[in-house]
Amino acid sequence: MKPPRETTHHPRTSLLQGLQQTMTLAWRTLLQIRHNPWELGDFSIQPILFLLLFLFVFGGAIAGSTADYLRFVLPGVIVMNMVFVTVYVGHGLNTDLTKGMFDRLRALPIARWSPLAGRIIADLVKQAGSILLLLSVGALLGFRLETSISSLLLMVVLVLTVALAISWVMVLVGVLARDPEHVQLFGFTALFPITFISNVFVPVETMPGWVQALVNVNPVSLLADAARGLLVGGPVLQPALWSLLWALAIMAVFAPLSVWALNRRLSAQ
Amino acid sequence: MDPAINVQGLTKHFRETTALDDVSFWANPGTVLGLLGPNGAGKTTAVRVLATLLKADAGHASVGGYDVRTQAHLVRQRIGLTGQYASVDEKLTGRENLLLIGRLLGLSRRDARRRAQELLSEFSLEEAAGRAAKTYSGGMRRRLDLAASLIGRPSILFLDEPTTGLDPRARLDLWNLIRRLVADGTTVLLTTQYLEEADQLADDIVVLDRGRIIASGTPEQLKQHIGARTLAVQARQEQDVPAIAAMLADLTGGHAEVAGLTISVPAPDPGHLPALVRRLDASGISVNELMLRSASLDDVFLTLTGRHAEPTGAPTEQRESSA
Ligand SMILES: Nc1ncnc2c1ncn2[C@@H]1O[C@H](COP(=O)(O)OP(=O)(O)O)[C@@H](O)[C@H]1O
Ligand SMILES: [Mg+2]
Repeated sequence: MKPPRETTHHPRTSLLQGLQQTMTLAWRTLLQIRHNPWELGDFSIQPILFLLLFLFVFGGAIAGSTADYLRFVLPGVIVMNMVFVTVYVGHGLNTDLTKGMFDRLRALPIARWSPLAGRIIADLVKQAGSILLLLSVGALLGFRLETSISSLLLMVVLVLTVALAISWVMVLVGVLARDPEHVQLFGFTALFPITFISNVFVPVETMPGWVQALVNVNPVSLLADAARGLLVGGPVLQPALWSLLWALAIMAVFAPLSVWALNRRLSAQ
Repeated sequence: MDPAINVQGLTKHFRETTALDDVSFWANPGTVLGLLGPNGAGKTTAVRVLATLLKADAGHASVGGYDVRTQAHLVRQRIGLTGQYASVDEKLTGRENLLLIGRLLGLSRRDARRRAQELLSEFSLEEAAGRAAKTYSGGMRRRLDLAASLIGRPSILFLDEPTTGLDPRARLDLWNLIRRLVADGTTVLLTTQYLEEADQLADDIVVLDRGRIIASGTPEQLKQHIGARTLAVQARQEQDVPAIAAMLADLTGGHAEVAGLTISVPAPDPGHLPALVRRLDASGISVNELMLRSASLDDVFLTLTGRHAEPTGAPTEQRESSA
């Protein structure tokens, strides 16, 4: 005899309570940084070093002058950094799963979706902080916004939307990996080619034809182009729409897949 | 009185492994139920089903009068869970861990802070409250874990091997904490591998072996059945073994277990030791070793199953081969 399915006619958490719980869990994830400042380095110092390295070592060779190269590379570095920061979603989720924290949360009378939602929201806050930091460092190095504040805000929203999509891929990695170290290994191994076979550091025109084909469909390139357009001018609509389309496609596939894999892991453990 | 925990015919498989096999037990409100068993007996699986973390394949379980499957949310509002491996956020401080749970349970910021402070002082964690939990010792982590389970003042508490890995001092401290909670009316389900722990804390004990219940009763009933102590003799010569076994059986009225040169028997009365010495002396048998020790989980298993307490999967014939 099969026991009855969980019924819904008894008190549960309301949507509002669920949102409050999500915010509490997001706060918790951000609080972790306070006691582990080295984590901050990964999404602050590291991209700044990348920026400086490319700017002063390759800038002259690629764009003729560092000033011109900064206009080109800063939007790209913002996109590249966004991609790497998403690995934290998988890393943190996996830590909770393997260390028993996820069970502690699941045994509480809270909305079932709030632990995952809290983590993703915390990630978006980190992302926004990273973008702000890179823009500030860029400004110190001489970067000037050549469009408008609303374009800048649009760029932030666009980058965060794609970040949200990639976060779902990292949720899947976090569920499937045996331990947090493997999340980082998987995550970075998969993300390195995607971010470097792109136009983040070098204009696509300098590459051989078959590489150009790859680079031009890479969502990282498309998003970097859109970010350039929104910060220093140039075509925006087409790369922005393609980036959004990519984000939607990634989310449509990975959000249900990740939730399914998570539930499977939880019922087998 | 309705039981606080009621389990009927619970069964759970993990592929080929039967983690729980038609398990039934209950606990009355305000009492401690001890689930006693070796590694792999199914203790954690039972706790996870009762704490709504895992769905059983068959059977029913209710906690606080609510069905763990169909009324999981109501169950979660009434329980506290301290898992087998201390599950706190290592990157947060002790205080932040408690604040987090308090806020998730819907306490206001002020109430969450007050409750955290109460528990920190009650669990002697005030000094370490501002340090990240990853710097805590094993005993401190357990206490923080337990404190986190108590934020919502649960009426039913699950403790999965709460003292495993603790030093004797920390174990005694935790025992006292558990006793205080029970005195305040909390129902506790405690799993353990130590007979002594179940004996010290539990009102009722359920002995699990490979997912099955092999004995249950009050500690007194179990000890009467098993013998609170074991008298063990190591013979000097193999030909003396049957005579010693007969002597032990006669003296204690129990069944003497022989393993190689060692003969052991449950001994309800510590006075059996001097009596045995006199008898050995009178019959001129000399022995290598004489021991009177508290019964262990292993003795329970020997008495109940004729096997030693081994993790599931280990060959049962091991005893013969090592003898
Ligand atoms: N997630 C799992 N997948 C497969 N087997 C499991 C899983 N959890 C427990 N088991 C098996 O179920 C049995 C009971 O395990 P458990 O409940 O953890 O025992 P205990 O807590 O008493 O040590 C063991 O044989 C164990 O290997
Ligand atoms: Mg266990």
